[in-house]
Amino acid sequence: MSTLGVVVQVVLLIVVAPYLVGVMRQVRARLEGRAGAGAGQPWRDLRKLFRKEPMSPAGSSWVFVAAPAVLVASTLVIAAVSPFVATVSPLDGVADLFAVVALLLLGTVALALAGLDTGTAFGGMGASREMTVAALAEPTILLAGFALSARVGSTNLSAIVERGQQSPGAVLSPATLLAAVALAVVVVAEAGRLPVDNPSTHLELTMIHEAMVLEYAGRDLALVEFASALRLTVLLGLWANLFLPWGVATTASAPALLLGVVAFVAKVAVLGAVLAAGEVFMAKLRLFRVPELLAGSFLFGVLAVSSSFFLA
Amino acid sequence: MRQLLKKIRSTGRVAEPAPERAGDGDVVLRGSVQVRHVDAGSCNGCEIEIGSAFGPVYDGERYGARLVASPRHADVLLVTGPVTRNMAEPLRKAYDATPAPKRVVAVGDCARDCGVFKGGYGVEGAVGDVIPVDVVVRGCPPEPPEIIEALRGLTGR
Repeated sequence: MSTLGVVVQVVLLIVVAPYLVGVMRQVRARLEGRAGAGAGQPWRDLRKLFRKEPMSPAGSSWVFVAAPAVLVASTLVIAAVSPFVATVSPLDGVADLFAVVALLLLGTVALALAGLDTGTAFGGMGASREMTVAALAEPTILLAGFALSARVGSTNLSAIVERGQQSPGAVLSPATLLAAVALAVVVVAEAGRLPVDNPSTHLELTMIHEAMVLEYAGRDLALVEFASALRLTVLLGLWANLFLPWGVATTASAPALLLGVVAFVAKVAVLGAVLAAGEVFMAKLRLFRVPELLAGSFLFGVLAVSSSFFLA
Repeated sequence: MRQLLKKIRSTGRVAEPAPERAGDGDVVLRGSVQVRHVDAGSCNGCEIEIGSAFGPVYDGERYGARLVASPRHADVLLVTGPVTRNMAEPLRKAYDATPAPKRVVAVGDCARDCGVFKGGYGVEGAVGDVIPVDVVVRGCPPEPPEIIEALRGLTGR
């Protein structure tokens, strides 16, 4: 029965991820006075891209071909093991904070290598920028993770979520609030959203994520776009369940799973809409100021860890 | 931030109501067309119109058309201007870099038959002389609704 929870969770994330991107674009369009293409547009784009001819640039190697598959696979593993819908899972042992961070980084590195493999100026530039952002963001994830796990005594994500459900007051503790701010900045940076990166930019000189994927076409591009939508969903879902753990199923019964699904969709949709609305009021940060932002979030992480020891 | 919020609330929706549906659209591309714009030597008159076709008022994105940054991501090349000698090869390269199935939309009288630049020493020819053209949008420059109309013929929305 607990296997059912994992299957439901993976299918849900696969279906929901492109819709989340569609909803976020729609929120932006409405705030900008446009009509918008509708929440289903990313799925229409993916369906079309899967029917198109894949192309590899001259001189690129197997790294270029393998990267989209690695990116999708590593993100799907996170989707399967993390407690998004249910905390009871046969994969519970893998749902470790460090494992999830490592899997996220695996996808990032695969895509950065693919960007280098194309041999174009923009691919290399995007890869170098992505690695800069990742190197500054990872320590913050780990520190914020320490702050959350110190309270529970385990880095298991399910254990952290379950503890959060048992003692709702702990969500308002200084350590958790500081960690929430630190992780929010990191989620924005890792998902490539404003003000760190602009997902809808056409200016090659300002691109980070988009610059690495400029050479992908057809099916490979569909995988990359799907993976970035899935990553965004996974990151928002993790943030939501670590700091707002209500609704996550702790038993594998059908009603509990249903509640888990509804709660997850609601939380991610609200967070996505808030993120998209916030982006309307924001311009992209100059690249050299991104480290300042991430250093700020690192500071929040340090404060979260210290307060989790001294104020606990 | 409060000023911007006030402006958003007072402006509301500026997109004009969508005209009647254009047709069934392309079978493979149905509902989603990624557009790469290639300026092959245009005077930038057509670019201004393309820019406003994807602006808030005409909002080409609501029909499933979206401008992208790379011909590898594109289904449609939106080519403007007479093809100059310097841009003939880049245009061919951009066409070859676009994955099949692909369509070419020639925007403006210059792209159709070189317009006022016909016979100029720097002009290689019309877009149709360099790469195969599927749809032609006439006008100097064509108005945004006409460009949108051509793109809706491909998306079918």
